[in-house]
Amino acid sequence: MENDNNGYALNETETGAASCCCEKPQEQTYQRSENLHWIIGAINTCAGYIPKVSTVLLLDDKIGVVKTRLGIGRMQYSLAPGLYAVGSPGTKSPVLVSANYKLSFDVLRSNLSGRDAWILVLDTKGINVWCAAGKGTFGTEEIVRRIESTRLSEIVAHKTIIVPQLGAPGVSAQEVQRGSGFRVKYGPVRAGDINAYIDAGMKATAEMRRVNFTFRDRIVLIPVEFMIGMKLAFIAAVIFLILSGLSRGGYSIGRVAGIGGIAAALIFISFLSGVALTPALLPWLPGRAFSVKGALAGIAIAAAVEVYAFAHPAILGSWLSAAAWLLVIPAISSFAAMNFTGASTYTSLSGVKKEMNIAMPAQAISAGAGLILWIAGRFV
Amino acid sequence: MNGLKYIPNVVTLKLNVEKCVGCAMCADVCPHAVFEIKNRKSRITDLDACMECGACERNCAVGAITVNAGVGCAAAVIQGKLKGTEPTCDCGGGKSSCCG
Repeated sequence: MENDNNGYALNETETGAASCCCEKPQEQTYQRSENLHWIIGAINTCAGYIPKVSTVLLLDDKIGVVKTRLGIGRMQYSLAPGLYAVGSPGTKSPVLVSANYKLSFDVLRSNLSGRDAWILVLDTKGINVWCAAGKGTFGTEEIVRRIESTRLSEIVAHKTIIVPQLGAPGVSAQEVQRGSGFRVKYGPVRAGDINAYIDAGMKATAEMRRVNFTFRDRIVLIPVEFMIGMKLAFIAAVIFLILSGLSRGGYSIGRVAGIGGIAAALIFISFLSGVALTPALLPWLPGRAFSVKGALAGIAIAAAVEVYAFAHPAILGSWLSAAAWLLVIPAISSFAAMNFTGASTYTSLSGVKKEMNIAMPAQAISAGAGLILWIAGRFV
Repeated sequence: MNGLKYIPNVVTLKLNVEKCVGCAMCADVCPHAVFEIKNRKSRITDLDACMECGACERNCAVGAITVNAGVGCAAAVIQGKLKGTEPTCDCGGGKSSCCG
């Protein structure tokens, strides 16, 4: 069989919805697999049976969203590439291109209730459309290949595919047309606008074309960024914990629990300032560079810590420690915030390089000087 | 962009208006409304809003647009420095990916 229409197994078959262009439709045996609850039938076409997917997200799908947002099994949340059907599509139904990241696919299908359409899922290695387009896996070659392997031209009578606008960094519309004969129409940025876009005759408003970075957009990204950055924060905390045992009278385990515990907590607070507080307050923090925004958030946190320590002198101990944290907290916060550029929707590579050239030496000097003061503080 | 603007005067985007045929593809694919089509020609109206994603360059059939496209991601720049390659997110397989 030349057809790679995803090979999903089904035991329910449905016929008649799609008009079939060839004389003898292929017969296939399908068996349903447990975790593919979102496949609810099949559409018979001359290129074989195409799995029909539900437009309703079940609890399982929603748990999947929460888990990926928390960074649990995020890189394995994919589906088989190929062609899928929504509703009862025929030869004139639109073809929507998507990635084989289940989160992207779910958002798309859940927005297609009541509509007849085909979804052409590309093999993006389980990565979302925008990131995959940046890497080229959501790209011209893969589209041309997938159009061929699913025998799309035998399934639909038209020559148009709707590609999500955020796929455009990896896709050359003119090369797709040259390679496959299909014309690329760029759909809206958000799947929520897909119906309005199709109903308007495949025309997007200026608003549909624009990427945002709303409070909600930023908040949902924090957990994954937290999981990624946590390793470094943990290493920093361990370094402070080990060094906290140093004292004039030799190494003391008792100090590790006391001073060390406080130091680890302050490292964690600094990390949170950069990875959570800065993204949440992004538009309201002064400066354009993320490292500057993060440093300012860190200075505010450090000031609050110092005020608290002034009232409770036992917390930080010597004035050397107090000075050390004024340097360490903003440095860590700044570095963590700088890493949020990758999650943002508007930072250019040129800009990131420019800010890093200035910020990284500053962060290193500040953190290094802070660490030296803090170690000195162990001996006074 | 909710009042969010990134570092100004660094973007590498360039448009050769003479080559431009006014197809408006660049304006269609740009996620930050950097281009405007007037009198069958494209023009850059908001250069600093450009995030260098490269969509316009790739979809300009006459090659009127150039940009050093890449990911504006500090972690990717660090990765690239460590591995001696161009800035890259390791979205391919590794678990520490920056891409959601």
